Amino acid sequence: MMRGALRVGLSVVVLLGLTGCAGDFRYNWQWSILTCTSENIDAGCIGPYFYWILQGLWWTIAVASAAWVIAFSLGSVIGILRTLDKPILVVVPFVKSPIYFRTRWIGTSKGIITVDVGWFLHGFANIYVTVFRNVPLLVQLFLWYFVFPELVPHDAGMWLKRDLPFPEVSTAIFCLGLYTASRVAEQVRAGINSISRGQQYAAMAIGLTPVQVYRYVLLPVSFRIIIPPLTSDFLGVFKNSSLALTIGVLELTAMTRQIEEYSYAGFEAFTAATVLYIGVTAIVMGAMRIVEARVRIPGMISLQAK
Amino acid sequence: MESGGFDFHIVFHSIPFLAKGMGLTLLLTVLGIAGGLVFGTVLALARLAPFKVLSFAAGTYVNFFRSMPLILVIFWFYFLVPLVLGQEIGAFQSVLIAFIMFEAAYYCEIMRAGIQSVRVGQAYAGEALGLTYPQNMRYVVLPQAFRNMIPILVSQAIVLFQDTALVYVVGLSDFLYSADIIANSENRLMEMYITVAIVYFALCSWGQFQVRNLQKKFAHE
Amino acid sequence: MNETKDTTSTDGVGIIQMRHVSKWYGDFQVLANCTTSVDKGEVVVICGPSGSGKSTLIKVINGLEPFQEGTITFNGISVGDRTTNLPKLRSQIGMVFQNFELFPHISIMQNIKLAQMKVLGREDNQARNRSMELLERVGLTDQRDKFPAQLSGGQQQRVAIARGLAMDPMAMLFDEPTSALDPEMINEVLDVMTELAKEGMTMMVVSHEMGFAKRVADRVIFMDQGRIVEDATKDDFFGTPRGDRAQLFLSKILHH
Repeated sequence: MMRGALRVGLSVVVLLGLTGCAGDFRYNWQWSILTCTSENIDAGCIGPYFYWILQGLWWTIAVASAAWVIAFSLGSVIGILRTLDKPILVVVPFVKSPIYFRTRWIGTSKGIITVDVGWFLHGFANIYVTVFRNVPLLVQLFLWYFVFPELVPHDAGMWLKRDLPFPEVSTAIFCLGLYTASRVAEQVRAGINSISRGQQYAAMAIGLTPVQVYRYVLLPVSFRIIIPPLTSDFLGVFKNSSLALTIGVLELTAMTRQIEEYSYAGFEAFTAATVLYIGVTAIVMGAMRIVEARVRIPGMISLQAK
Repeated sequence: MESGGFDFHIVFHSIPFLAKGMGLTLLLTVLGIAGGLVFGTVLALARLAPFKVLSFAAGTYVNFFRSMPLILVIFWFYFLVPLVLGQEIGAFQSVLIAFIMFEAAYYCEIMRAGIQSVRVGQAYAGEALGLTYPQNMRYVVLPQAFRNMIPILVSQAIVLFQDTALVYVVGLSDFLYSADIIANSENRLMEMYITVAIVYFALCSWGQFQVRNLQKKFAHE
Repeated sequence: MNETKDTTSTDGVGIIQMRHVSKWYGDFQVLANCTTSVDKGEVVVICGPSGSGKSTLIKVINGLEPFQEGTITFNGISVGDRTTNLPKLRSQIGMVFQNFELFPHISIMQNIKLAQMKVLGREDNQARNRSMELLERVGLTDQRDKFPAQLSGGQQQRVAIARGLAMDPMAMLFDEPTSALDPEMINEVLDVMTELAKEGMTMMVVSHEMGFAKRVADRVIFMDQGRIVEDATKDDFFGTPRGDRAQLFLSKILHH
């Protein structure tokens, strides 16, 4: 983390240097406005900019964290579904088939009709990932915010428009969560698939049921493997939460943009946001490195070295 | 808000306007990829270079840009570029510079991973045959690294294509913003946004399909 | 263990019975009309060139790999039947893999305890005691709290055997148990297996260790291109002249 802090400092210096070097650079420095805690026109404070920034940071963290909860849980389920390669047969009750037939998802066995639920779940998970990864996040945000309330039944739409608490924030959380779930799903799937087939066979051979195979063998190993990419997905949510400004959420980027518009001190405002984004990133990465070290498997250099 | 059914007539009437927006989106994408690739390659070589100062500077650059939201980067350059140059050069140029600087950090990481994905034994084998460092890079390491990278580079191109939608925040008339103008002036938000989503989905899915073909192709060889 | 049995019959009381089993991967046939059976207490070694289907043959027995034609029964239960409770069936068959396949994220002790508790429902104490017995048997009690990656290949394979035995199986399947091992570790694993065979465990072993086969096996099966080409008592297999392919194969691996 020391290194992270060092880098932040260095980057700012480099940036300042670059800008300073440019020939025709004239700029009215007003770093002090970042400490405005109340309106004071003489000091250049049109608003309590300091609190604005804090508030923006709070919303950024709140939106990102809440969205991550959705993304992680939903993404894990979808990722697991995408790794199902064996049929999950469910018997259709009460109905018997007089003829024999068998397709990819429905078939008969001695007159009993069985449906392969796994085929549907797998298909659903595939479609989910494809759809959410192939539409720009900003477009998804507009769809949820402007279009979705019109598509649902009238009463539900009215509720969304009138009674949804913190409508912009809630929509942003929901949208970011669903979008990021598709990325988490890909990591989970890749993690599970990177485990050698022999491990799965060994788990099955000692008599574990399919659910137990995932619970005791595949998931504990694959989640360890994917800590680094999941960390970068979390940082992705954190950064992507800035898109929420387009529907009016006053998160960090929006707040600094607002300060720039009020005070013309864009350099100072954007620097503040930049430092905060980098700071949070450094903290998260440091924390995840500790987590990774904690759950590391003794004797293993790299789990992916299969 | 309007009530009752869809009316997609407006979409057909605005095709020329939307196409112009898509033109800008594609132009940004292509220039962003080209610039990002060139600058990203330079960064990757710097990162892997045996000179501490160079690799540290490149590493700092990459970590710096990867910690920032693209929107903030766009705001930064939109604000900074005219200030530094002392004159307005237009939103498009500012945003393009932002994209190139931002995407270069990601391209750099892809290249670095690609080069590092080549097994060390391969480099040793090349050296053992008496190849010089540049020869070894040129004939042994880079050809293998490049094959590993291509699908990921194309995936990143799709990400960049989607990212260009963010120029919305500075009001540049790309595909999304053009649709937005019509959506608001004609009060047809649903139709326009759904259309935009479908077009993006179709193009990106096509791209994904190409990526999968590439992966299959390389897996077979 | 030198008694000769008439074991080539297919309609006996074999604990493992396999009849006319065929399996395809797409268009490629990996098993072609394989018929054999293994009696209780019998040790059968399966050998053959790589790609001959011997690994697959052993994996279809406990249903790890599906097959398309024929029938397999284990202890009278049909493996291929859709209604068979495969996890339960598998818990009665121990299996040892070429790459050990211990679970890397849990300790040696937990590796052996896992299925005892989750599948057989044993109490923690009970499972621990049984695990200790088996660790003692394979000579690894002092390694119980280590993780798999901290053990040598030979040690890992012995733990894997203990893990299989912990379920008190009716038979053990070995899929090339020594081919991923450094030469100096092969014997420590073969010794454990030899002892197991002497105690009367029913075993099917895919292996190229012909010394082991000569010492321990009751029968040897030779496979080629998915077919069971030879299925003979050990003495017959090593004694009398064989078919061309088997002879060529034997001469290659015996001079090895």
